[in-house]
Amino acid sequence: MNFKSTIGLEVHFELKTKSKIFSPSPVSYGAEANTETNVIDWAMPGVLPRLNKDVYRLGIMVALATHSHILPVTHFDRKNYFYPDNPKAYQITQFFQPLARDGYIEVEVRGKKKRIGIHEMHIEEDAGKNTHGANGYSYVDLNRQGVPLLEVVSEPDMEDPEEAYAYLTKLRQIVQFTGASDVKMEEGSMRVDTNISIRPAGQEKLGTKVEMKNLNSFDHVRRSLAYEEKRQQQVLLSGGRVQLSTRRFDEATGKTVLERVKEGDADYRYFPEPDIAPYHIKQSWIDEIAESLPESPFERRKRYVEEYGIKEYDADVILQTKESSDFYDAAVAAGADPTLAANWLNTQVNGYLNENQVGIADIKLTPEHLAEMIKMIKDGTISSKIAKKVFKESIENGTDPKKYVEDKGMVQLSDVSVLGPMVTKVVDDNPQSVEDFKNGKDRAIGFLVGQIMKQTRGKANPKVVNQLLNKELQSR
Amino acid sequence: MKITKDEINHVAALSRLEFGEDEIDKFTEQMGDIINMAHQLAEVDTEGVPETVQVVDRETDFREDKPEHWESRAELMKNVPEKADGFIKVPVIIDKDDNE
Amino acid sequence: MNYLNENIDSLNKKLQDGEITAEDLAKATVKNIKETDKKINAWITVDEDAKPAEDLDFAKNKLAGIPIAIKDNIITNGMKTTAASHILYNYMPVYDATVISKLKKAQATFVGKTNMDEFAMGSSTEHSYYGATHNPWNLDKVPGGSSGGSAAAVASGEVVAALGSDTGGSIRQPAAFNGIFGIKPTYGRVSRWGLIAFGSSLDQIGVMSKRVKDSAEVLNVIAGPDEHDATVSEKEVPDFTSFLGQDVKGLRVAVPKEYMDAVDGEMHDVIQKQIDVLKDAGAIINEVSLPHTKYVVPTYYIVASSEASSNLQRYDGIRYGYRAKDTKNLLDVYVKSRSEGFGEEVKRRIMLGSFALSAGAYDEFFKKAAQVRTLICRDFEKIFEENDVIVGPTTTEPAFGIGEEVSDPIKMYNNDLLTISANLAGIPAASVPAGLVDGMPAGFQIMAKRFDEGNVFKVADFIERNNKFYEKTPTGMED
Repeated sequence: MNFKSTIGLEVHFELKTKSKIFSPSPVSYGAEANTETNVIDWAMPGVLPRLNKDVYRLGIMVALATHSHILPVTHFDRKNYFYPDNPKAYQITQFFQPLARDGYIEVEVRGKKKRIGIHEMHIEEDAGKNTHGANGYSYVDLNRQGVPLLEVVSEPDMEDPEEAYAYLTKLRQIVQFTGASDVKMEEGSMRVDTNISIRPAGQEKLGTKVEMKNLNSFDHVRRSLAYEEKRQQQVLLSGGRVQLSTRRFDEATGKTVLERVKEGDADYRYFPEPDIAPYHIKQSWIDEIAESLPESPFERRKRYVEEYGIKEYDADVILQTKESSDFYDAAVAAGADPTLAANWLNTQVNGYLNENQVGIADIKLTPEHLAEMIKMIKDGTISSKIAKKVFKESIENGTDPKKYVEDKGMVQLSDVSVLGPMVTKVVDDNPQSVEDFKNGKDRAIGFLVGQIMKQTRGKANPKVVNQLLNKELQSR
Repeated sequence: MKITKDEINHVAALSRLEFGEDEIDKFTEQMGDIINMAHQLAEVDTEGVPETVQVVDRETDFREDKPEHWESRAELMKNVPEKADGFIKVPVIIDKDDNE
Repeated sequence: MNYLNENIDSLNKKLQDGEITAEDLAKATVKNIKETDKKINAWITVDEDAKPAEDLDFAKNKLAGIPIAIKDNIITNGMKTTAASHILYNYMPVYDATVISKLKKAQATFVGKTNMDEFAMGSSTEHSYYGATHNPWNLDKVPGGSSGGSAAAVASGEVVAALGSDTGGSIRQPAAFNGIFGIKPTYGRVSRWGLIAFGSSLDQIGVMSKRVKDSAEVLNVIAGPDEHDATVSEKEVPDFTSFLGQDVKGLRVAVPKEYMDAVDGEMHDVIQKQIDVLKDAGAIINEVSLPHTKYVVPTYYIVASSEASSNLQRYDGIRYGYRAKDTKNLLDVYVKSRSEGFGEEVKRRIMLGSFALSAGAYDEFFKKAAQVRTLICRDFEKIFEENDVIVGPTTTEPAFGIGEEVSDPIKMYNNDLLTISANLAGIPAASVPAGLVDGMPAGFQIMAKRFDEGNVFKVADFIERNNKFYEKTPTGMED
């Protein structure tokens, strides 16, 4: 029997603001427990929320970047549930009238383009954090309480784990390029929940959904979905029934484990938040935000390939993160040859990053220094062999390449008035080579170049030396 | 409209409240009366009538994104019944969404 | 010091002339409260060391050095705030409500916090963890509620003015029961920052005082925009005292027949008498109808309880307030702290609210009530197209006896019939004394368009000048 899978994804992004969504507490990662909190985060009696404007601005950016329809009037709602990390015992979210609906993104899987729908996206507040102690107690830290989140809910348009993987990759790239979020899964600024159901091919009605929450990486998303696909198939083939449930991915075994069986939806008693008035979003503000929207990865790719003439593959490597793309753009803006810059970035810089397990933001090499170095290669000031030394110095110690090359006397010797007499002398001193050359032995010239290189300790410009030697030998 | 003891127990669980056996009967009866009173609204024709959930003269209120640090954590924590090392201490959590 | 024959102007003059110092005034006030409260129990917390602000400027600040009572659901930094609940029995706030900050800027003196129905849920101040308050006109009667402590404190002369809060009549009904003036301003006129929430879309802080002018003075101080409250209006606040001392000639006064039909006998007569006085002074009296009046009680109880059920979830024994002993796990902490910490009436409302919002009931209850609320608002809009104010009784009957209605919630809820519409519609409304019924005070209610407190003050002041009810001394205070 053949089965069809239906996969939907709910992705939370922490929006990158300086203060929290409904309180002026600073947003920070890794601060000491409860130090970045105030009376609002604590849900002290009598406090009221006020919305941070930037939360909406960043949310609108993502809506625009995903072709979503921004609702003209939105309102916040309360989702009621008790938990120690949820001080008000309700979360302020958008249930009835979210920020935006009906968007899409385009992905490419196995060479085929596919459009995946975005059902809706809404703004809400994050909860604090509980740490479970071994002594029968849990410990609550409210620093994260009130950090702004944007939840992007896909349509159940994905039919296999690869499509889900491609959707996530693309969504992360798009959001990252708007600058709205740091999209770091390891720091929790991007969190993924998935749901999957399967049904026999030809059947209209969708199967029973299984949810998986808080997956740690894109790879886990793919692996857990693949495992679930198989598991659910086996359940159905053996005559069983898939349970409406939440499962957890176990990294060690690569299997999913049942966490909780759901008996109908939880009763969150949603109702409109009376403490916040509705939001009427003016088209003029949306236009203003659209105007300020950074160039999308799609537009950048077009520019790299069509204007700069670099290979599509190279463009995609550069566009893997906004940081690397920004670095590349800055290097080109500083005068680097686009092709050389792409080569250096994708081979040498990336090699260094991988080797040292660091990000591009952590290295000492600046785009300006890379551009300077590339310019020196291009105009023959340094050889590509020297360039590697210069690069190592710049990326490790942040040294200015131009200054380094000058200080170390690494400038390539191209001056004919210096090299000319040396060439004449070396030819004079080696009559045998002249003889060999005349007899058509090409390697004679190689020997003579070597002599010059020896004398100049490698600094002579090989191209110039070759030209001069040829001319000298012809004249004999 | 009649409300049952089971329904009362369900709403009590949602509200994190409990009632003794002697209380629950009285409560069920009282709640039944109150809900019957509330149910009078059924006779009002509200076809196409929008909801009023607020009576405010404002809309689209925003705060600028300016962080302000609250000086004293100790002050915020002084009312906490049990605490440890700057954390709020609570008995171990059993299940998250046990909203039945 | 007893304030039965004082007002803000008279006290301000004494302070300016040096007849009394603000320090002595604070001390004398506390001393009198201690004595008077043995009879009426109007206070939950009294600050025995109450001191006036420093560098008092009596010329600039009318309220400088004058003790003002604060209802115990308004947050006061460093002064215990319980909302009359066991669940907040030890709660010590670390910030000030906006109204408190504004009163501090105006250099008022704070002497303590007044009694109320727990979380402002009730009409009698019997639902307080700290005991019932007694009506100064008859100690066996309730002072009304939920701002019964504030009302009794003013009526008994413990203070000249008090802050209260009004979600469904909690300022006007006790004002009526105690023979004083009380105003619930327009929703959004006064910041709710620091008001312990009950029904967030209905709650409004207001003022209670013996004299109409004193409430105008205090409202002048506490009203206005606030960066902490996203629902407070940004409209400019007029000087409310500027509406006093005017005549009512040509004023269009609507009298809803449903309100007059709700009262009979002496109560009807005393209200009709005030209307006649307005008519004689040249006001145009129009009989009108508020056709949805019979639905306001259920509408209100669904809306207010739904919001309350959510607002009161934060009292969970985790971060502050009462935490039950002998708990085995987290669920136990929640259930036991809340079940032991809340009183019966509060639990009843939480249950009703949770029910109205629960899956399956939402459309039939919460959503339906929100729609009927629209119809109630429209009734008022229609009347205000052709009228400046709406008047009528504040309550159907004067104060009832302590213990008389506490066991019958529906009877208790119906007490609010005439006051809750103003909260549902967000309009300003006040109660001014009309006279005595069976020896107990009766209140005359005045409502106006949103943000038109001016006309409310104008009519209330006119009535006060005419019947001079303030000259009467509460009968329960005579030894």
